[in-house]
Amino acid sequence: MITVAAAHKSYGTFKALDDVSLEIPSGSLTALLGPSGSGKSTLLRAIAGLEDLDAGTVMIAGQDVTRLPPQRRGIGFVFQHYAAFKHMSVRDNVAFGLSIRKRPRAEIATRVDELLDVVGLAGFQHRYPAQLSGGQRQRMALARALAVDPQVLLLDEPFGALDAKVRDDLRRWLRRLHDEVHVTTVLVTHDQEEALDVADQIAVLNEGRIEQFGSPEELYERPANPFVMSFLGSVSRLNGEIARPHDLRLIRSRQQAEAEASSAGVRVTDATVERLVRLGFEVRVELRHTSTGEPFFAQLTRTEATALDLQVGDRVWVRPTRTLGSDQAAPVRALPTEEEFPALAV
Amino acid sequence: MRIARPTRIVLRTLALVYLTVLLAVPIVTILWRTFEPGFGAFWESIRTPAAISAFNLSLLIVAIVVPVNVVFGVVTAIVLVRGRFPGRRLLSGIVDLPFAVSPIVVGVSLIMLWGVNGWFGGLDNVGIRVIFGLPGMVIATIFVTLPFVVREVEPVLHEIGIEQEQAAATLGASRWQTFARITLPAIRWGLTYGVVLTVARALGEFGAVIMVSSGFPGVSQTLTLLVHSRYIDDHNTHGAYAAATLLMFLALLTLLLMTVLDRKRPGQPSGATIAAATAPAEADTDAEVAGADDPAPPGPVASAVPEPELATTTRSSR
Ligand SMILES: Nc1ncnc2c1ncn2[C@@H]1O[C@H](COP(=O)(O)OP(=O)(O)OP(=O)(O)O)[C@@H](O)[C@H]1O
Ligand SMILES: [Mg+2]
Repeated sequence: MITVAAAHKSYGTFKALDDVSLEIPSGSLTALLGPSGSGKSTLLRAIAGLEDLDAGTVMIAGQDVTRLPPQRRGIGFVFQHYAAFKHMSVRDNVAFGLSIRKRPRAEIATRVDELLDVVGLAGFQHRYPAQLSGGQRQRMALARALAVDPQVLLLDEPFGALDAKVRDDLRRWLRRLHDEVHVTTVLVTHDQEEALDVADQIAVLNEGRIEQFGSPEELYERPANPFVMSFLGSVSRLNGEIARPHDLRLIRSRQQAEAEASSAGVRVTDATVERLVRLGFEVRVELRHTSTGEPFFAQLTRTEATALDLQVGDRVWVRPTRTLGSDQAAPVRALPTEEEFPALAV
Repeated sequence: MRIARPTRIVLRTLALVYLTVLLAVPIVTILWRTFEPGFGAFWESIRTPAAISAFNLSLLIVAIVVPVNVVFGVVTAIVLVRGRFPGRRLLSGIVDLPFAVSPIVVGVSLIMLWGVNGWFGGLDNVGIRVIFGLPGMVIATIFVTLPFVVREVEPVLHEIGIEQEQAAATLGASRWQTFARITLPAIRWGLTYGVVLTVARALGEFGAVIMVSSGFPGVSQTLTLLVHSRYIDDHNTHGAYAAATLLMFLALLTLLLMTVLDRKRPGQPSGATIAAATAPAEADTDAEVAGADDPAPPGPVASAVPEPELATTTRSSR
């Protein structure tokens, strides 16, 4: 378990970490998620001992490590830009921690082979980092960090420098690896999809504070505040309410829409179809409030879209099947009623 | 930028003429004059006791100056690149001072400091003769060669950044282990060039050394001083050419040695070794490097079933 208590860190007058407390359970994979500059790396580096805190404590596995240098914290760290030892072969890179610990040669050789096997670099022992692709370099860095059997594995945007496809593959692979190895892992990312995809828990950071900490499910379904809500997954604002775009139902007939809405106790929004974008088997329908002109969008499956037979310019009635609450951050004006604006009547 | 053909020819000719007149002609002339009377005469004139002593003294100075500059140069470079303290700019400027100050001024100021009547002149009373002795020549040479190692190592330190060192720290390496196993190998080539330049300059230094040397042939003459005294005092032009050729030969040897070492670079693969190492698994690498189709990295679980490419896989939770 990693415990961070009341951590503060300032650069000049700028607060990079502002009273951060966090408990990361043993054996879990936790993501630190937040926009650029929110203090994710600072927090991770403070756990690693690469950054000193101004105040607060860090405990790893019950031991107070606040004053310990990184060498003695029992960690493995993976950097965004690999930090490969350029003048060493893949084998020597992975063996580094073990050879520092003066392990017998035979033991080192066995362990390195084993790890290179795990990360899929078995045939690459004698290459140099310059001869590897980015994805391979990062897997080497991971093997290097795992070689010393760390108590915790800390990854700072490990896949940030890779292209989308490789990144997807690697993060699924990391998840499977974690399920095998069970080392407590903290992953920094600014990509909400990555966090939702791999993490058991997500801590959402913003301006040096933790906005919410919980399972992906919790954060997605019950966001604590508008920031978390709009940072995790996209949202559509309609009628002063916020809903996930896939929780919007588009209905062609007004009567039907109002009947459904009144039984569900929600309001119906009148909108015009602006654009249809097909993303794999999902369809994104870009809409505009007929009266206010506010843009928003809904996400349908291809089947639903086909059944509705939508065309650009069509008028539809939208009702949320589930809302996340009202929109305090940016309230949208309530829709005018028919009495105020008779032209709305069809 | 595309340059018209006639312009290109003119530019090339200019560059060639410039190099020939200013570099090649003087060197060839000296070589010519040295070996004109035959190799035997050259050999004779560099085997005189004065020449042998000058040769040894020059090498001795190099042998002292190089390690001193390596140690302090590397430390200074690390302080300049990694340090965050007020006055760093100033320190950086001071390092460049020897480039700006004429060697003769260095000589004069050393005499002022260390001479019998200088601030530290008291050392003379306890039998340590700095000026007109070996220490003076060494100090003068250190002064003029000081920037080379610093300036060659600095950009390399900048370039490698601190992540490799931090990675080593997280893997358990102490500061010293990190320096020896990560930093030093990484700056090795910058350091090497710094040393080459230091050696060349130390061998060739004249202005500062002549001020602080007593200049007795066979005792306190370096090779450059020997060339000078043979030419000016003894009117022995051939002897001067021969000593000059010997100096050039030493400098050339240094360059050659470094080139050979460079070829043997362990670690950093040269072009040839890359090709050799890549050959066996070529297909695999090409695909990965091009990012065309990185095969799902083999891992603890069998490789993943290709999943449909979705922008929003995780959200289809309705
Ligand atoms: N050494 C430093 N000196 C001054 N300010 C710093 C320093 N390191 C970080 N900061 C500031 O602290 C804040 C948090 O930085 P941090 O690196 O933790 O952000 P991050 O969440 O990792 O962002 P990113 O996703 O861009 O990596 C940033 O605003 C940054 O400008
Ligand atoms: Mg960061």
